[in-house]
Amino acid sequence: MIGVLALCAVISILVTVGIVVALMVPSLEFFTEVSPAEFFTTAKWAPLFKPAAFGVLPLITGTLNTTFWACTICLPLGLGTAIYLSEYARPRARAVIKPVLEVLAGIPTVVLGYFALTFLTPLLRSLGWQVEIFNAFSAGIIIGVLLLPTVASLSEDAMKAVPSSLREGSFGLGANRFQVSTRVVVPAAISGIAASFVLAISRAIGETTIVLIAAGQLAHVSFMPGDSVETMTAFIAATGAGDVPVGSISYKTIFAVGLTLFVITLLLNIVAIRMVRRFREVYE
Amino acid sequence: MDAPPTTTGTQPRGLQPETMAGASNESIELPMDQREVVFDCRELGVRYAGVRALRDVDLNIHRNTVTALIGPSGCGKSTFLRCLNRMNDLIPSAVVDGACLYHDEDLYGPQIDAIEVRKRIGMVFQKPNPFPKSIYDNVAFGPRVLGMKDGLDDRIEQALRRAALWDEVKDRLRQGALGLSGGQQQRLCIARALAVEPDVILMDEPCSALDPISTAAIEDLMTDLKSEYTVVIVTHNMQQAARVADMTAFFSVDQGETGTRCGVLIEVDSTEKIFTKPSNERTEAYVTGRFG
Repeated sequence: MIGVLALCAVISILVTVGIVVALMVPSLEFFTEVSPAEFFTTAKWAPLFKPAAFGVLPLITGTLNTTFWACTICLPLGLGTAIYLSEYARPRARAVIKPVLEVLAGIPTVVLGYFALTFLTPLLRSLGWQVEIFNAFSAGIIIGVLLLPTVASLSEDAMKAVPSSLREGSFGLGANRFQVSTRVVVPAAISGIAASFVLAISRAIGETTIVLIAAGQLAHVSFMPGDSVETMTAFIAATGAGDVPVGSISYKTIFAVGLTLFVITLLLNIVAIRMVRRFREVYE
Repeated sequence: MDAPPTTTGTQPRGLQPETMAGASNESIELPMDQREVVFDCRELGVRYAGVRALRDVDLNIHRNTVTALIGPSGCGKSTFLRCLNRMNDLIPSAVVDGACLYHDEDLYGPQIDAIEVRKRIGMVFQKPNPFPKSIYDNVAFGPRVLGMKDGLDDRIEQALRRAALWDEVKDRLRQGALGLSGGQQQRLCIARALAVEPDVILMDEPCSALDPISTAAIEDLMTDLKSEYTVVIVTHNMQQAARVADMTAFFSVDQGETGTRCGVLIEVDSTEKIFTKPSNERTEAYVTGRFG
């Protein structure tokens, strides 16, 4: 029995190692043909054209652009929802909000992508904001909506785990509910809340379908919300689904961009874990 | 000793005027039952989700006394204590009936703000519950949330001194409170309650999680505190009640005909009387260890 369980653990390790190797090998071949200096420092991305250009910065800024707008939605609204659910909501309100959040989390991303493209973008235009048909803002906002339940649910779990004796202690000193929530419960739950934020940011960076449908494929450096941008994930998905020949330099760019994406997410996780260790308030 | 009971004259009492802790220490010179009445509970009862947990408590609590609430498990003594600073409000299903007058004002009256009540009536809990913050920030929490920001350092030092903790922690105020021993943590919780200058301190079995030496320190503290505050303590430990309390209230459980259990106040009197010649036989059975 122990053997079977150990095998389960080993399989997950093997899969992880396998993915890293599968990313590394074509990426290393790519970097023998294109210098890392060109890849990471130049701002022209045209790997499928002649003459080809391999500056990944437009894809990175495109990802940052959509991720930023996703964060403006999912982090504050997610934390606010979590505080409400954990500290304020009566059972009747919870009975409505929790299932709605679960439904939201279960909507397929392709549906959300078309919602961004065919509802949100026209809405923004009808409000007088001349965004492009494909734009970073609509895609980012809808990614934020997608991730809101993740942040709300994980943050709520972290806050629920804070012992009620701490709440009673602060109520007993004359604190009101908002002060108890923000000065005692949130600080005590900060490691779990930060973990939910990091997971959300990682998933916003890695989200593919919504940006592929709604953010466009125009690889240029832009931080304007109304501009069409291409993200790293959208490039990988569009190019992988296209007709690039296996083994060509265009094919290998997919892996180089994938590796870049992987490293960015990994670094983000490491930094976040360190920050949480430093700032968290450990109860018991 | 010939002075009449004071402080019921021209100045309106109640929640609005600031009743400075320790402002009228002369009341400690009076016999206990002539001291100013802080809490006047009339037919006070509590139901949780419709099930009655406590009924018909008529009890006066006097200024500058330590009042102990004793009785078997489930007798409602903690429930009663939590009525005195509206902590039962935090349980959505709890309903309090009857009247609980604090300086002649109904604590459950429509204009009364539970936040203000808890500012004036501090509480110390069964298990030490310091916040996962520094020692300083723990004591500063109450003053900060209540906007008492002037002279915070002095206020904190004073609170820690009154709780007999200052000498042990003065060199490490910025260190985490959870590094303190259990007894120190509980004294920190007392200091935290004192820092907002309450009128009354409620203690819910404050020593039940502590060793005998820490317990003795907290008991000494209670005796000191009554010169400035009114103290109400719930305890399982009858020796503790006998050691620290001036007045003792004995609660017990009434078994209803349908098997429901409900807490009731059996008797309240001076501690000496409760433990030597109680007037109710149920009290006698309990204090002599033959529980009834």
